[in-house]
Amino acid sequence: MRKYLLATCLSAVALCAASFAYADDDPLLTMQKDAKQWVTPRADYAATGYSTLNQINASNVGKIAPAWTFSTGVLRGHEGAPLVVGDVMYLVAPFPNTVYALDLNNDGKILWKYEPKQDPNVIPVMCCDTVNRGVSYGDGMIFMHQADTTLVALDAKTGKVDWSVKDGDASKGQTGTDAPFVFKDKVLIGVSGGEFGVRGWVSAYNAKDGKLVWRAYSEGPDSDLKVDPQKTTSLGKPIGADSSLKTWKGDQWKIGGGATWGWYAYDPKLNLVYYGSGNPSTWNPSQRPGDNKWSMTIWARNLDTGEAKWVYQMTPHDEWDYDGVNEMILTDQKIDGKDRQLLTHFDRNGFGYTLDRASGELLVAQKFDPKVNWATGINMDKNSADYGRPIRVKAMSTEAQDVNVKGVCPAALGSKDEQPAAYDPQTELFYVPTNHVCMDYEPFKVSYTAGQPYVGATLSMYPPKGDSNMGNFIAWDNKTGKIVWSDPEQFSAWGGALATAGGVVFYGTLEGYLKAVDAKTGKLLYKFKTPSGIIGNVMTYEHGGRQYVAVMSGVGGWAGIGLAAGLTKPNDGLGAVGGYAALSNYTALGGTLTVFALPQD
Amino acid sequence: MQFPVSRLLLALWLGLMSGVVVAQADPPGDPAAVKLGDDGYWRDKNGDPTYKIEKDGTVDFATFQGFRRFNSTCFVCHGPDGSGSSFAPALADSLKTMDYSTFAGVVVNGRKDFLNGQDKVMPSFGDNKNVTCYLNDIYVYLRARSTGALGRGRPPHHAQKTGQYGDNEDKCMADN
Repeated sequence: MRKYLLATCLSAVALCAASFAYADDDPLLTMQKDAKQWVTPRADYAATGYSTLNQINASNVGKIAPAWTFSTGVLRGHEGAPLVVGDVMYLVAPFPNTVYALDLNNDGKILWKYEPKQDPNVIPVMCCDTVNRGVSYGDGMIFMHQADTTLVALDAKTGKVDWSVKDGDASKGQTGTDAPFVFKDKVLIGVSGGEFGVRGWVSAYNAKDGKLVWRAYSEGPDSDLKVDPQKTTSLGKPIGADSSLKTWKGDQWKIGGGATWGWYAYDPKLNLVYYGSGNPSTWNPSQRPGDNKWSMTIWARNLDTGEAKWVYQMTPHDEWDYDGVNEMILTDQKIDGKDRQLLTHFDRNGFGYTLDRASGELLVAQKFDPKVNWATGINMDKNSADYGRPIRVKAMSTEAQDVNVKGVCPAALGSKDEQPAAYDPQTELFYVPTNHVCMDYEPFKVSYTAGQPYVGATLSMYPPKGDSNMGNFIAWDNKTGKIVWSDPEQFSAWGGALATAGGVVFYGTLEGYLKAVDAKTGKLLYKFKTPSGIIGNVMTYEHGGRQYVAVMSGVGGWAGIGLAAGLTKPNDGLGAVGGYAALSNYTALGGTLTVFALPQD
Repeated sequence: MQFPVSRLLLALWLGLMSGVVVAQADPPGDPAAVKLGDDGYWRDKNGDPTYKIEKDGTVDFATFQGFRRFNSTCFVCHGPDGSGSSFAPALADSLKTMDYSTFAGVVVNGRKDFLNGQDKVMPSFGDNKNVTCYLNDIYVYLRARSTGALGRGRPPHHAQKTGQYGDNEDKCMADN
């Protein structure tokens, strides 16, 4: 009996200590501060995509050249980025999701590879190519989220399976495309399948043994949402009971979308996890009257319990497929002389949002593409019943079934899709790869069958009137909500950005260029055409005293649909030579890693 | 009988050249519409569904419906207007050599190709009403795309539903 009591006390003490000493006993947090490594998908918990390495800088980046390359042998779209932990690089390819461990001490020799056996029937239930957005590291293990929703933990040294769990059911259209996110002692994964009527959720597993700790849904009863009607707030007010159910007709929420496949961030001091939920399902809005909460929402959840602290729905009752899953970037900046804990998010709907990440207060919401026309702005009047809601343009509504609505900007791809932005604390600017595409959208009645596409609208996409560029790479001030500079891109800028202390920002383009631009001015400093179009994220690391910049090529994904064949209306407007031409005239398929460095003397 | 044999040889030859096993399918034949059925679909001389496009570009309703339904369910893999994607074939080309029954069979039963390092899998759409209720519509739309009778994008004008088309559609799409 005495022994038992003692044990209880000790564990209670340990628990107390753990909750306060967040920095010291989280080795992953310490590792993130070592810029030589790249241990999480977006460089750090805050998802900044920023490195303090500066050997490559604005004055010498023009001299960098490929140092080594690696082929994955897979022809599908390659999103995400490799990791570097110690002397080893880890990467995962699209389906069948082979993981490679490459020895940086030995010219990238393959230390081990892991190829899961998966049912190929998962391939056609992945709406937009069989992409995978990367692996994560934690506690000596590499975590990978397979297409069939299996989360597997591999021994980082040997590639042997430590544990494996199945998170969903691919026969119902539930699939895995997002990277796992290791925060402290947990691994979080989301689910894809918004176009298959999947009701989105997030699962948190114990990194050590793969035990499910919590699972929280985007839609449904409060217990499924993991919300407290009084304590969970939206724009400072309690959300109340049945906040989701009240905004759906009948049982539509059970097939209501709100998938969770984007980039997650974590604030260890607040112990909050941030991510976005996707489009409500179907794409025919008249089949789902109501706000469709909590699709299209920024979520802040307690890492240990999953309980939601605050929510903010950006696009109530979506009518255009403006998924809210894009990355949440966490920064500490001064606004009006006051220190603020900020969250910045570039939504598919074309608005760049800045919020207080502790309280969920909305600070800034402005268009990051001037062509956005479905809303004139976001209501910032705290006394208005519509506070925080978009001010919609009636002509752009797709509420009427069987009516073709023309000229909606942005297109369903969003002003930005999953390709993550980066933040440079020196310039206090965000570097954002964007899409510059509009659409016609016609909804019609659609019927649900489990495991089958559940879309309900047809759309045609094309560049905004008078423009021939389908993308821009921009610098954004999140405090004022203004574009500082903007570099046009012929195609959507679909590669994730890297900001560095060398004053250089890197990104990849759909034609396959790795580009380096000046962080202050956007001036092009270097470009190199890699073997295939880039939809992956640029990363950097240091090895043997040398800084390397790496990116995966391999065109595909949403960008590979339509853009690969050329958008519609190729002869409209300017008729500029090559302006709207098919991407297939510029690049072909193939997964390749290209690693750049300054030449050695 | 000489014609089908040479066509088969051609298919075999193409198959060997490209390393692709060509499904035994005939080209769909003359697409000219000869009769409008009570079901609201135009038929060719073999009785297969086909498109009807007037000189001013007005398409029959089924072709227009096919455009809408294709660019909802099918385009996520096969690309807008059947122009293909980085991982699924351009059906505006495939339909040049695929007849109606083969097309229907693939849509209903699915298809798997594991060739040239590309795993291509088409699921069975047999129990998806958004496809099966509009199988003929999607077919005639793609047939018009394959012959070049219809270009990319939304048909500018379309005729109205005729005959039993509307009733059949409602019955087919109704919840059971």
